[in-house]
Amino acid sequence: MNFPDDLKYTKDHEWCRLKGQRAVVGITDHAQDQLGDIVYVELPEVGDLVKKGEAFGVVESTKAVSELFSPVTGKVVEVNDPLSDAPETINEDPYEEGWMIQVELADPGELQALLDAGGYRKFLEEEVE
Amino acid sequence: MPQRTPLYDVHVRAGARMVEFAGWEMPVQYEGILAEHAAVRERVGLFDVSHMGEVVFRGGRALEALQRLFTNDLARCADGQAQYGCLCREGGGIVDDVVVYRRSGEDLLVCVNAGNRQKDYDWLQGHASGAQVANESDLFAQLALQGPRAAELLQKLTSLRLPSIGTYRFTQGEVAGVESLVARTGYTGEDGFELFAASERAPGLWAALLEEGRALGIAPCGLGARDSLRLEMAYRLYGSDMDDESTPLEAGLAWVVKLDKGEFVGREALVRQKSAGLSRKLVGFVLTEPGIPRHGYAVLQDGKPVGTVTSGTKSPSLGTSIGLAYVPPALAAEGSTFAVDIRGRAVAAKVVKTPFYARKK
Repeated sequence: MNFPDDLKYTKDHEWCRLKGQRAVVGITDHAQDQLGDIVYVELPEVGDLVKKGEAFGVVESTKAVSELFSPVTGKVVEVNDPLSDAPETINEDPYEEGWMIQVELADPGELQALLDAGGYRKFLEEEVE
Repeated sequence: MPQRTPLYDVHVRAGARMVEFAGWEMPVQYEGILAEHAAVRERVGLFDVSHMGEVVFRGGRALEALQRLFTNDLARCADGQAQYGCLCREGGGIVDDVVVYRRSGEDLLVCVNAGNRQKDYDWLQGHASGAQVANESDLFAQLALQGPRAAELLQKLTSLRLPSIGTYRFTQGEVAGVESLVARTGYTGEDGFELFAASERAPGLWAALLEEGRALGIAPCGLGARDSLRLEMAYRLYGSDMDDESTPLEAGLAWVVKLDKGEFVGREALVRQKSAGLSRKLVGFVLTEPGIPRHGYAVLQDGKPVGTVTSGTKSPSLGTSIGLAYVPPALAAEGSTFAVDIRGRAVAAKVVKTPFYARKK
């Protein structure tokens, strides 16, 4: 399973990539694998506020509904709209084409508290045990 | 501790994702639910459904005893024929929905739902009226081979003449050298077979079917695809769409309730309910706005809850969101509209004719 080194991760299985003052947010390879075929996604709108640790949307697989939790606080400045017609993109390419939202960071320091790739891997190993 | 089928090790070794269902550790998917669903609709899929139970009625009073416990009419079921129907309580509530395989008037096999094995056996045994009732669930493995190419595949492994086994008919014979009850039944809406064989022979039978099926594009399938396939056909799932509190009339199963066949447990209550009128009905619906309905979501009319969604998914074959829901009779007619409460959002829905999916000719 793939966990790029340049990303930050949460224990809720979201990732976050710093891009200037923005954070790009999506779900991890592990998350998409666990969910199975993703068939529906519900995302916020541009201008909405998201808060670290709080739900900002949902993804649904054939069988189940899962909430998405924001790794950061700030204003949504871009949404990956094509996902609503092609949610399977999240399964196919979770870190690039499958990104979900871009957030203008209220506090860039929040990223410090997130896991790096090694920390996330370790967390997954512990979670399995 | 969940129970395991004789194929548990086979599933784990093949990398299936295992989940607990109705007290059983079962594969929910192999490659993926959508791929498995498509394989069954287009080619052929193989399911382990050994978690289903088998209760057998034997003896001179077997037919008569089961007739008194079953809503459908076994007098109209020939030897070698299977029949779907319900077991009801006195009050009309559904103990289980089952398929009865009539080997003879003195030997009938009742295929029951996994979660109801013990409940059904206790119920049937307690109302046996002199028939011998045996819970043979652990003796049997059950494999479902489903899809347009199922017959072609199965024929390669058996000398039975499959074209002579019509829908809901069965016979006994060898498949890949394994003695099996071979039934043209299933839960997917496609042509296909269900094979009942001795538990210890299951791994060999499973392997032979997969091996022979490779050239036909067979997919081993999990319960995820089984659920989406059955829902496209609006086949009811016990525990989700009905339970001890719902009657077959409410659940839209009046077609398997033969009130004129003579006395059976629950008949009087069902006759009363029919004449008094139903207070709710299970209907099929599609969402006409984005969203996916799920079990337990409220049905809204003018913003007020008036019913409940019992099953829902995004139909892999149709691409639309489909579901079953209990609604007041006034909302049950085809074309009626209501809303489904999806996380606080009222999403528009319309009652449609079922099945949602029509088999390709």
